[in-house]
Amino acid sequence: MRNFIPSRKLDDSRPQEEGGGKRQDEHTKTMFGVGAFLISESLIFASFIVAYVSLRLFSGPMLPPGVKGPELSTSVIIHSIVLISSSLPAQLAEGAVKRKKLNQFRLLWVITSVMGAYFLVGEVKEWLGLDFDVTTGQFGGAFYILTGFHGLHVTAGILLQMLMLVRSFIPGNYKKGHTGVSAVTLFWHVVDGIWVILFSLFYLWRA
Amino acid sequence: MTNNSTQGLGGRSESEASYNQSQQDWWRYFTFNKDHKVIGVQYLTTAFAFFLIGGVLAMLIRAELITPASDLFDRPLYNALFTLHGTIMIFLWIIPSTVGMSNFLVPLMIGADDMAFPLLNAISFWMVPPAGLLLISSFLLPNGPAQAGWWSYPPLSLQVPPGVINGQFLWILSVLILGVSSILGAVNFVTTIVRMRAPGMTFFRMPIFVWTVLSAQLLQLFFLPSLTGGLLLLLADLTIGTNFFKPFEGGSPVLYQHMFWFYSHPTVYVWVLPAFGIFSEIIPAFSRNPLFGYRSVAVASIGLAVVSATVWAHHMFASGTPKWVRILFMFTSEVAAIPTGVKVFAWTATVWKSRLHLDTPMLFALGGVVMFMIGGITGVMQGAMPFDLHVNNTHFIVAHFHYIVYNTITVAIYGGLYFWYPKVTGRMYNEGWGKLHFWLTFIGANLTFFPIFIVGLQGMVRRVSSYDPQYQGWNIIASLGAFLLGVSVLPFLANFIGSWLYGPQAPNNPWHATGLEWTTTSPPPRENFEQTPTVTLAPYSYGQPDYSTVDSSDREAIERHGK
Ligand code: HEM
Ligand SMILES: [Cu+2]
Repeated sequence: MRNFIPSRKLDDSRPQEEGGGKRQDEHTKTMFGVGAFLISESLIFASFIVAYVSLRLFSGPMLPPGVKGPELSTSVIIHSIVLISSSLPAQLAEGAVKRKKLNQFRLLWVITSVMGAYFLVGEVKEWLGLDFDVTTGQFGGAFYILTGFHGLHVTAGILLQMLMLVRSFIPGNYKKGHTGVSAVTLFWHVVDGIWVILFSLFYLWRA
Repeated sequence: MTNNSTQGLGGRSESEASYNQSQQDWWRYFTFNKDHKVIGVQYLTTAFAFFLIGGVLAMLIRAELITPASDLFDRPLYNALFTLHGTIMIFLWIIPSTVGMSNFLVPLMIGADDMAFPLLNAISFWMVPPAGLLLISSFLLPNGPAQAGWWSYPPLSLQVPPGVINGQFLWILSVLILGVSSILGAVNFVTTIVRMRAPGMTFFRMPIFVWTVLSAQLLQLFFLPSLTGGLLLLLADLTIGTNFFKPFEGGSPVLYQHMFWFYSHPTVYVWVLPAFGIFSEIIPAFSRNPLFGYRSVAVASIGLAVVSATVWAHHMFASGTPKWVRILFMFTSEVAAIPTGVKVFAWTATVWKSRLHLDTPMLFALGGVVMFMIGGITGVMQGAMPFDLHVNNTHFIVAHFHYIVYNTITVAIYGGLYFWYPKVTGRMYNEGWGKLHFWLTFIGANLTFFPIFIVGLQGMVRRVSSYDPQYQGWNIIASLGAFLLGVSVLPFLANFIGSWLYGPQAPNNPWHATGLEWTTTSPPPRENFEQTPTVTLAPYSYGQPDYSTVDSSDREAIERHGK
C-alpha cells in the first residue's frame, strides 16, 4: 500500500490539446458560457411549461365554465410568423459581421429588431382583447406568465440588439471580434424557438 | 515552482515577499474586485457571518427545546426561527461557502489565471449579501419572517397576513436572488473547468475536488431552474392572485412539491460533493498515499450527480403519491448508495496501513468521514419507504440531515479552511488552537445530534416548540451540545484572525501536497502562476520520490503551444 504506484505510467505525456489559461480562444469560451446560460434559462421556461401541462392533464378544467380561451386569430398567426422568421435576418446579420460588412450587418440587424417589436405590439394587442385575466382559473396565470416571461425575453433581445448596433459605430469595435453579436443571435434563436412551443401549447392544443 | 516536493519547503526571495506584501492590502476584500482569490475570500467570510447568525438561531431553537413547554417563544416565532435557521444555513452558509472555496481553488488547481468570466464572478458574489440582509430584515416586519419552513409548501406558505410586504414575500425574493446568483456562478464554473485547463491537464488529471465542483455546478445549472420556476409561480400565487398551487381554486399543491424537490434533492449533492472533494484532497496528503481508485472516485462524482436527479420523490412518500411512484423512487434512492460507497471505500483504503499525520485538517477530514457514515446509513434507512413513513416528520430526520449538513459538510469546510489557510493568507495557523477547535466540534456535534436520533425514533415530532415530557432528558443533552458548538467557533475565530495578523509566514507547500495550487507562492500572485504550468502527471502521486506536477523541461513545449 505504502508504495502503491498507479498501474498507469505516471508521465504519460499526452498531446497538450486541452485548455490553457490566456491562450484559450476567447470567442469559443464565451460562446460556451452563453450556451450554458441559455440552457439554464430555457429550463426555467421548461419548468413553467411542465407545470402548465401537468395542471392541464391532471387537475380538471383550467378555465371556469363560460370563459373563452385565446383564439387562433389571423393576427396571432401573422405576428408569430414574423417573430419566428426574424431568426433569418439575425443569422444573416451575424454572417455579415463575420465578413466585416458593417453596413449590411446594421441593415439586417435593424430588420430583426423591427420584426421583434412588431411581435411585441401584436402580443400587447392580443392581451388587451382577451376576456380572462391572471386570476382566472389556472389557465389565466399560466397564459399570462408564460407569454409575459417570453415577452420580457423578446424585449431584452431587442435591447441587446440596440446595444450591439451602437457598438458597431465605435470605430474598429468588430475588428476585435464579434462575440457579442453571436451571443445575441443565439439568444434570439432560443427565444424564437420557445415561442414555437408556447404557440403550440396555447393555440394549437385544443381541449 | 519546478519541483514542489523540495522547493515547497524553502522561503521566498526578497522581491517575492515585498510583492506579496502589497498583495495583502486588506482593503481590496471590501471592494468590487474581479480576482477570483479575493472573491473566494469574500464568499467565505460573508458565508461565515451568516453561519454565525444561523447558529444563533439554532441555539435559540435548542434553548426553547430544553423544556417540554413552549415557554421561551410563542409558536409563530418558533416557526420563524426554524424557517430562517434552515434557509440561512442552506442558501447563505453551505452553498456560498463551498462556492467561495471553489472560487479560490478551481482556477489554481487547473492552472488557469482566473475564472472564465471574472466580471460575472464578482456580480454573482455581490448578489449574496443584499439577498441575505433582505431575508434577515424580515425579523423587523410587524408580523415577522416567513413561517412555512425552508420548503415553503403551499397552501401553508400562502396563508399570510394581508399586505404585500410580508415575511413570505421577502423569503421568496431573497431565495430567488440567491438562485440567480448561483445560476450565473454555475455558468462560470462549468466554463472554467471545461475550457480553461492548463496544457496537459486532461480531465483524468484533475484533482477530485475539481471533479466534485464540476458535478455540483452541473447540477445547479440543470436543476436550479426548476426551483426558480416553482418559486416564481408561488410568488405569483402570493402577490397577483394566480391559482397554481391553491387547492380550493383547482390548483395543485403537490405540483409545487415536485418542482421544489426536483431541485432540492439534487441540491443536497451540490452541498455534499465539494465536501467529498475536500476529503479527497486532505486524506491522501496526510496519509502520504495516492488516492485509492482515483478514476472510480472521479466517475462516482458524476455518477452521484446523475443518480441524484432521479430520486426526488422520496421526500414525498407521505404526500399521497401513488404506490408505484413510491416503490420506483425507493429503488432509485437506494441506488445512490453505490457511488457514495465507492468514495467511502476509497478514503478508507487510502488511509489503510499508512502512517497518518494527524494535523488539524486531517482530524477534521477523518472526523467528517466517520460521522458521514452515520448520516449516510440513516439516509439509506429513510430511503426505504416503509421505514420513512414511520419517521417522516420526526426528529429522526432532523438528526439524519444534521449529521450530513453539520457533522459532514460543515466539518469538511472547516478541514478545508485549515488545509488551504496557508495558501490563502500566506500565514500558518496555530495547530494547538486548531486541535482544540476540532475536539470541541467533534464532541459537540455528536452530543447535539445523536440524542435526536433516539427521541426521533421514540416519536418526537419536528417543527413544534413543545413536546411530551418523556423526551426531555435527551433534549437537555442535545441543547448542551449545541451550546458547546457555539463555544467551538471561538478558538476558530481567534486562531484565524490572530494568525492572519501575527502568524508565521507560510511556505509555498507546507503539507508537501501534490496539486498545482501548491506550486505557486503563498498567497499566489494576481496571475496565479508566473508561467502557465504544463501538467504531465496524474494527480495524487504521493510516494513517488521524484514527484513533480510541473516539469521545467516542458517550458519550451508551452511556448511552442502558445504560438
Ligand atoms: C449549529 C448547529 C446546529 C444546531 C444546534 C441546529 C439545530 C436545529 C434544530 C433543533 C432544528 C429543528 C427545529 C424543529 O424542527 O423544531 C433544525 C432544523 C434545520 N436545520 Fe439546523 N442546526 C444546526 C446547524 C445547521 C446547519 C449547518 C445546517 C445546514 C444546512 C442546518 C440546516 C437545518 C435545516 C434545513 C432545518 C430544517 C428547517 C425546517 O424544518 O424547515 N442546521 N436545526
Ligand atoms: Cu432527497
